[in-house]
Amino acid sequence: MARTAVPGRLGQEGAGTGLRWRVATLVERRAENATASTLVLDVAGWPGHLAGQHVDVRLTAEDGYSAQRSYSLASAPGGQYVEITVQRVADGEVSPYLVDQLAVGDPVELRGPVGGWFVWQPGGTRPVLLIGGGSGVVPLMAMIRARRETADSTPFRLLHSVRSPAEGYYAAELTSGDPGLATDFLYTRTSPDGWPRRPGRIRQEDITAFAWPPQTEPMCYVCGPTGFVETTANLLVDLGHDPDRIRTERFGPSGG
Amino acid sequence: MADMNHHPDGHPASHGHGHGHEDSDEYEDGNAMAGPLSEIFAVDLTSAHGRCANCGITEPVARLRVYTRAPGLVGRCPHCAHVTLRMTRSPDNAWLDMSGTTTLRIPLTTT
Amino acid sequence: MGVVSPGFHGRPRESSRRLPPGQYETHDFPVLSAGPTPRIDREDWEFTVTTETGDRHSWNWAELTSLPSESPTLDLHCVTKWSKFDTSWQGVSLDVLLTGVETAADFVMVSSYGGYTTNLPLEDLLDGQAWIAYGYEGDDIPPEHGGPARLLVPHLYFWKSAKWVHGMRLLTGDEPGFWESLGYHDYGDPWREQRYQGD
Repeated sequence: MARTAVPGRLGQEGAGTGLRWRVATLVERRAENATASTLVLDVAGWPGHLAGQHVDVRLTAEDGYSAQRSYSLASAPGGQYVEITVQRVADGEVSPYLVDQLAVGDPVELRGPVGGWFVWQPGGTRPVLLIGGGSGVVPLMAMIRARRETADSTPFRLLHSVRSPAEGYYAAELTSGDPGLATDFLYTRTSPDGWPRRPGRIRQEDITAFAWPPQTEPMCYVCGPTGFVETTANLLVDLGHDPDRIRTERFGPSGG
Repeated sequence: MADMNHHPDGHPASHGHGHGHEDSDEYEDGNAMAGPLSEIFAVDLTSAHGRCANCGITEPVARLRVYTRAPGLVGRCPHCAHVTLRMTRSPDNAWLDMSGTTTLRIPLTTT
Repeated sequence: MGVVSPGFHGRPRESSRRLPPGQYETHDFPVLSAGPTPRIDREDWEFTVTTETGDRHSWNWAELTSLPSESPTLDLHCVTKWSKFDTSWQGVSLDVLLTGVETAADFVMVSSYGGYTTNLPLEDLLDGQAWIAYGYEGDDIPPEHGGPARLLVPHLYFWKSAKWVHGMRLLTGDEPGFWESLGYHDYGDPWREQRYQGD
């Protein structure tokens, strides 16, 4: 359904006019960890989206000052509401407001969905390898949810790199056992007691131990901070994965 | 693209205060241009394949290295760093420079 | 104006007589860049002024740093709206560098290592208004802030103060530089808020 909805939106916006800002109101907020929360938003006239797309969020103050940031959509296409997951950046300008202050019923403006390259659609033939660094797991979660919602049977593997177990995202949902989804975690600073892998950044052994081998020709989606994505994409290519099957999305050091 | 900082102040430019100075932290990628481009074009240009006017290699716009902490967005070829796509936004105008791209192949979605 | 989000204030914005219109004060030093940071050895560094007749005047690092220097304290105004007060620099005045250069040019195109360019009137580089700086706050200029040497023209928006400065072409007619060719103002006076063409 979302697949037809997205191209359809263009005509609705009117010829020659780009995407407009829509008003979204906060319906619910769920904490994901100590610094990140998921915002459930009711967006008037939401045209639908694809898993992996993002939105721009704009906040406007009483005096007309405005600030704008991009956030990946976390929810599966086709739901009544739209969800984004926001990590609070210390000394940030937008994220502390969204995580701590925006109240249920308050409006923000939202432009989207945007981005057509870092997306996954059900019905493909290739297995899917998802590798996320920190909040880079957000668009990958949308893909996992889209797969579940459509009862798609594409084999999925998710490798999520986080600093410590306390900084995970969607922990309960990811370990609840979607059939055909395997999940593993890498800890860069602190591992749980008895965890077999020493804490540290992603290495080639992590990928060979967990990822689909290049012979199975998986689609690889890698999202995270720029340094993480560069490292991971290079490791995948070194292991023999065709760069054409690697889709990446980077976010820089954020002013939040 | 969770929690990025593309264009505070309503400009397609950003001045996020970097936490480090490693070269790899200086840029994002062409996905960051999706929102600003959507304001102008009715099709998603980040999935379009552009040919670099300098080295001739073709890549999706999404794969460009995009420098966002600047008065505009500056997209560079991931192979040779040539500037292939630039955008700025004033209150009244959007400016787009594609002189560094020779051709752009835009997939037309048929549903 | 967009829909107001209750309780959203954004970063502190005060007006002060030292702040040009639309600017806010920052205490850190944001790094803006349109490309990879060039890493230039001082041994390889060179600055060349090329006149409209093709005469070239070049200085290497030793030559630049042996010229009489000044230590101005300056307020910086970036077109992305931050201003930073009381920054201290060390560098050579353009008056010193251009004193022996014969020219009838009215305009200058400044060029940087890495390919950046910016244009401005020649008269805005003279009379103590501009420097080739090689020191910041008592130390070398870090590469991300334009080291080993950058142009400083603090009375114009900071994009005119080219980082990693490499040369200047003196021109009889104005030509747009990197940002000026993409909608930004040719002159860029922060006190008249000349951000974009037509401002």
